[in-house]
Amino acid sequence: MSARETVRIVVDGEELEVKKGVTLAAALLDAGVYVFRRSVHGDPRAPLCGMGICQECRMTIDNVAHRRSCLITVMPGMVVSTGQVSP
Amino acid sequence: MTGRAVNVAKQYDAVVVGAGIVGAACARALAIEGLRVLIVDGRYAAGGTTAAGMGHLVVMDDSPEQLALTALSLELWHDLSRLLNGEVEYDPCGTIWVAEDSAQLDAVREKQRMYAEYGVASQVLDAAGVAAAEPNLRAGLSGGLLVPGDAVVYPPRAALWLLEDARRRGATLLEDSNAGVKELFDHGVRCGDRDIEANVVVVAAGAEAAKLVPELPIVPRKGHLAITDRYPGFVRHQLVELGYLTSAHQMTSESVAFNVQPRTTGQVLIGSSRELVGWDGSMNRDILRRMLDRAAAFMPSLTDLSVIRTWTGFRPTTPDKLPLIGPWPAHAGCWIAAGHEGLGITTSVGTGRLVADLVVGRTPPIDAAPYAPARVLDATLPAQAGHSSGHSS
Repeated sequence: MSARETVRIVVDGEELEVKKGVTLAAALLDAGVYVFRRSVHGDPRAPLCGMGICQECRMTIDNVAHRRSCLITVMPGMVVSTGQVSP
Repeated sequence: MTGRAVNVAKQYDAVVVGAGIVGAACARALAIEGLRVLIVDGRYAAGGTTAAGMGHLVVMDDSPEQLALTALSLELWHDLSRLLNGEVEYDPCGTIWVAEDSAQLDAVREKQRMYAEYGVASQVLDAAGVAAAEPNLRAGLSGGLLVPGDAVVYPPRAALWLLEDARRRGATLLEDSNAGVKELFDHGVRCGDRDIEANVVVVAAGAEAAKLVPELPIVPRKGHLAITDRYPGFVRHQLVELGYLTSAHQMTSESVAFNVQPRTTGQVLIGSSRELVGWDGSMNRDILRRMLDRAAAFMPSLTDLSVIRTWTGFRPTTPDKLPLIGPWPAHAGCWIAAGHEGLGITTSVGTGRLVADLVVGRTPPIDAAPYAPARVLDATLPAQAGHSSGHSS
């Protein structure tokens, strides 16, 4: 797979072109998205472990809250919300 | 010596045994009266039943006496709510008692009449009303009773706020393994390896009070809770099925009831279960499953949410479902404030008020006689099974 292959997804209402064939977390970090969600006090959170344990990469993905973006392969047309506590 | 005059030789006027929410509320109420208060806890403040509870501030009508104490307590919480800090997470979300059928809706109307008698406002909701108020409840319910004055707090933070307010008024908190009270005597306690004298001793040791005062028929009644991740707006009021009182009242070996609470964090707290299994705090997966199934029967989309934590706790339960609040005849100067079952967060402040009023000789706002601990010495009270002298930790 070429490193230049990309897919288009929607992040917080805006289209974004990201790397294909990797996890959603990896694709977002690669595209410069560093805030994945907010803590209960509003602090920014981003992936730590990258393997589904730390829960810090949870996002609302295709309308389902609290999915771990490090365990999900990025797909064309995915709709993702960051930086909020819920859908 | 039975007089209440302050003895200058004593460092404290009152010792409160137990720094859970009931002890905290008693300590604060006594400090407000100007007494020099010492609170002792053999572990740490707000770490027992207080930390395990839901934090529902609720008017409940299992009996007229329970209704009187919970209604008084809600008034006191309303007064306090302006003073509480944000960490207490006071949320005036109200309660909806959910009716499944027309018979329960009739009971709802009776409940409204009873509440009105005690000055508690409530509103009967029809099927459409309850669906509009809580869209995630299942279709086909008959209605419910909205009690807008009910609220929610985060119990350990509420207890710590009460303790901090008591300290601002001069009270002292001693919490460590050397602060465990081993023995009561007239006007004092043996705490660790020393004796502390005080005119007033208040035993507020909750489910563990019977370890210190074996005559108290208080037994631990285990409950499970589950909390979800954050889903703001999923539920707006504390929701309780009308059959909850039956679950709470009957001393059957085990029962579950639908009881779901919104947290200010957006989390959903799911209860409730009751078991008489002594001090066994292990997770009972069968009853946890039944509890969650019961919740899902009322709110089917709960099954889409992620539960992130489950735990158990012990309610301090008495045979007649009323707390023990008042003087304890076995020792001069000894008072009991324990046995609040699942209502201790609510009734803590009412208990503090009764204890303070009785200690200083003032007439309490409600008749305190029904809660008098001496009633347990009456042989007609049914004996309690399942008593254990084991340790909870």
